[in-house]
Amino acid sequence: MYENMVTARHYEERLQEEYLEGKQPAFDISAGPIPGELHLAAGHEASGAGVCQHLRDDDTVTAPHRPHHIAIAKGVDLERMTAEIFGRETGLSGGKGGHMHLFDPDVNFACSGIIAEGCPPAVGAGLAAKKRHSDAVAVAFLGEGAIDQGAFLESLNLASVQNLPVVFVIEDNDWAISMPKERVTDVENGAQRADGFDLPGARVDADDAIAIYDAAGEAVRRARDGNGPTLLEVQVHRRMGHFMGDAEGYRPDADKNAAAKRDSIERLAADLRAHDVDDETIEELRSRAHERVEAAIEWAKEQPEPDPADAYEDVFSDPPSGATEGDRSVAETGGDD
Amino acid sequence: MAQQERERQTDRSLTMSRAIVEAIAHEMREDDDVFYMGEDVADYGGIFDSTAGLLEEFGHDRIMDVPISETAYIGAAVGAAQAGMRPIAELMFVDFFGVGMDQIYNQMAKNTYMSGGNVSVPMVLTAAVGGTYNDAAQHSQTLYGTFAHLPGMKVVVPSTAYDAKGLMHSAIRDDDPVVYLFHKRLMGIGWLPAPDGPKTGVPEEPYTIPFGEADVKREGADATVVTLGLHVHRALEAAESLADDGIDAEVIDLRTLVPLDIDTVRESVAKTGRLVVVDEDYRSYGVTGEIIARVAEDGLADLEAVERVAVPDVPIPYARAMETEVIPDAADIAAAVRNVRSNE
Ligand SMILES: Cc1ncc(C[n+]2csc(CCOP(=O)(O)OP(=O)(O)O)c2C)c(N)n1
Repeated sequence: MYENMVTARHYEERLQEEYLEGKQPAFDISAGPIPGELHLAAGHEASGAGVCQHLRDDDTVTAPHRPHHIAIAKGVDLERMTAEIFGRETGLSGGKGGHMHLFDPDVNFACSGIIAEGCPPAVGAGLAAKKRHSDAVAVAFLGEGAIDQGAFLESLNLASVQNLPVVFVIEDNDWAISMPKERVTDVENGAQRADGFDLPGARVDADDAIAIYDAAGEAVRRARDGNGPTLLEVQVHRRMGHFMGDAEGYRPDADKNAAAKRDSIERLAADLRAHDVDDETIEELRSRAHERVEAAIEWAKEQPEPDPADAYEDVFSDPPSGATEGDRSVAETGGDD
Repeated sequence: MAQQERERQTDRSLTMSRAIVEAIAHEMREDDDVFYMGEDVADYGGIFDSTAGLLEEFGHDRIMDVPISETAYIGAAVGAAQAGMRPIAELMFVDFFGVGMDQIYNQMAKNTYMSGGNVSVPMVLTAAVGGTYNDAAQHSQTLYGTFAHLPGMKVVVPSTAYDAKGLMHSAIRDDDPVVYLFHKRLMGIGWLPAPDGPKTGVPEEPYTIPFGEADVKREGADATVVTLGLHVHRALEAAESLADDGIDAEVIDLRTLVPLDIDTVRESVAKTGRLVVVDEDYRSYGVTGEIIARVAEDGLADLEAVERVAVPDVPIPYARAMETEVIPDAADIAAAVRNVRSNE
C-alpha cells in the first residue's frame, strides 16, 4: 500500500515536470509533450491504495477525471498508461483517450471525464457479476463535488434496489474546482447520501490510509458476499490546482497550507515505523517506486507518435459486424484510403 | 460596411470574453431580472473567462455558483424564465449537454410551443465549444448541429469580439431560449492563446446584432466559403493564401444558425457559382449538409461545384497528430476551394 502511494505521488511529480516542459515561460495548454488538461491527484493517494488493495483483476473500477492514483493501485499497466498520457501509439488507447480516459480491460479499469458518469457503468459491472454468479465486485470513484449529480444518485438507488456488489467511493478533497463543498452541498458528510437509499454509508477522516483500508475491506467483503452496495466517503486533500495551469486565485492560502500539511504518505510512514518497520525497508520501497516511475516515463517518451490516419479507426469494433472480407482488409490496414 | 466602420471608429479593442462580459454586465445593471448561474462562474470567473469580474459588481446572489447538477440548474433556469426572469445558465463545456439534455430540448425548447405560445422561456444557455488543444473526445466537441437540429432554440455562434457583444445583448433581450456557443480558442484566455482575428474594436455603448443576419467577413468573386466560429478565422487565412494564387474567395460568417440567413449565402453563390461549407462539427447530418441542401433547393442552377470541410465522423482523438488530422485547418479549406474551382 505504501509503495503504491509513493509510486502515485512520484508519478504525479514527474508528470508535472514533463507537462510544464514546453509550456514555459508562457503557459499554453496546447504546447509541450503532454497536451490537453492534466488533473493531478497528489493528496489523493490513500484513497486509491486503501481501496484497491482489496481488489482482484476481475473486479471492475471506474475512475473520474483524476484517475492516476486509482489506476496505479488497480494495477493498470504503468508503461502503457504513461504512453497514453503522452499521446503515443503504444498507449493504452493508442493515443485516442488521453489522461482522463484510460481504459485497461486486462484489469477492468475505465474512466470518464464527465462528472459522476462512471457510476452507472460500475453498477452495470456489478449487475453482470451478479447475473453470472461471480463474486467479482465493482468500485466507482467520484469526487465530493459529484455527489449532487443525478447519475450518482440514480446509481445508488439502482444498486441498492437490485442488491448489487458495488462500492461507491467519494474522494472528498474539499474543492470542486473553485467551489468549496459547503457552498454547493448541504451535507458535510457525503456518506449521508446513503441514508435515502437504504444502504450503509461510512466516512473516513484525516487522510488515513489504514482506516480507509479497513473501511473499504468491509465494504468490498459485503459486496463479494452478496450483501449489496456500500457508500464510502474518504477525506483526501488537493495539493495542487484543479488542473495544471489553475492559479487557484479563489483558494485561501491558509487552506492550501493546511492541505500541504495533511500528508497521507508521511502519516502512513509514521504508522509503519510505529509497527516496527525500519527506515531501510521504507527507503527501499521508496526507491523501488521511483525507479519504476522513471522507467515508465522513459519508455513512454521513446514511443512513436500515432499515425494521423489512426484517427479513423476504432469508431466501431474491428472488424465491424456485418463487414465483408473486403471491408475487413481495409480496416486492418488502417486509413480511409 | 457600417459595422466595420463602427469597429474601426472605436480605439478600444477587446478580447471576445471581455466583450461578452461587458454585454452581460450592462444587461444586469439595466434589469434586475437578469442573473447568471453555472459552475465556477463566481469566484473563478468562468473557466473560459465568460464571467470574469462579474462577481465583484453583482455578488453571489446574481452570479451564482451552482452544484455540479446540470439537470437541476438548467431546468431551474427554465423555471425562472417561465416565471418572468431572464436567467443565463452556463454549461461549462457543450460536451456535458447530455447530463441536462432533457431540460434543454424537452423543456427549454418546447414549452413555448406546447403551451400554444402562452408560455415563453426568455433564457440564455451559454456553452464553450471546440477542440484544438488536445482535450480528447469528451471535452472537444463543437455540436452546432445538435442544437440547431432540435426545434425551439435560437443558436448563436460569434467569431469576433464585436459580434460577441452585440449578439449577447440580443440574446439576453430575446424572449425565446437562445443557445450561445462560444469557441474556447477565440475567447482570449491566458492559457489558451487566440489567433489575432477575434480581438476587434468594440464600442463602449451597448448595441444589438439582430439574429439571422450573416456577415460577409471577406468579399470575393471566385468562390463562397460559408462558416462560423473559429473556422471563420481559418477560412480568412485560407482566403489570404488563395489570393496569392489569384483566387478570390468570399468568406461568410453565419453568426446565427437559428434563425439562418440563407439569403446572403444564396446571393453569394449566385455571384461565385462555387460553394465550400466549413465547420468544426461532425460531417454527417450537420451544418455543412444543411447549408448545401438549402442552397440547392432554391439555387441549384447557380451551383457549379460544392464541397464540405468538417470533422470526419469520428470522436475527437487526444493525441496531437490525430486531432490535427480530423479538425479542418486553413490548408484543408484552401484545398477545398481549389477543388471547387478546378472544373473551370
Ligand atoms: C457533468 C460535468 N459537469 C462539469 C464538469 C467540469 N468539471 C470537471 S472536474 C469538476 C469538479 C469536480 O470536483 P470533484 O468531483 O470534487 O472532484 P475533484 O476535481 O475535486 O477531484 C468539474 C465541475 C464535468 N467534467 N462534467
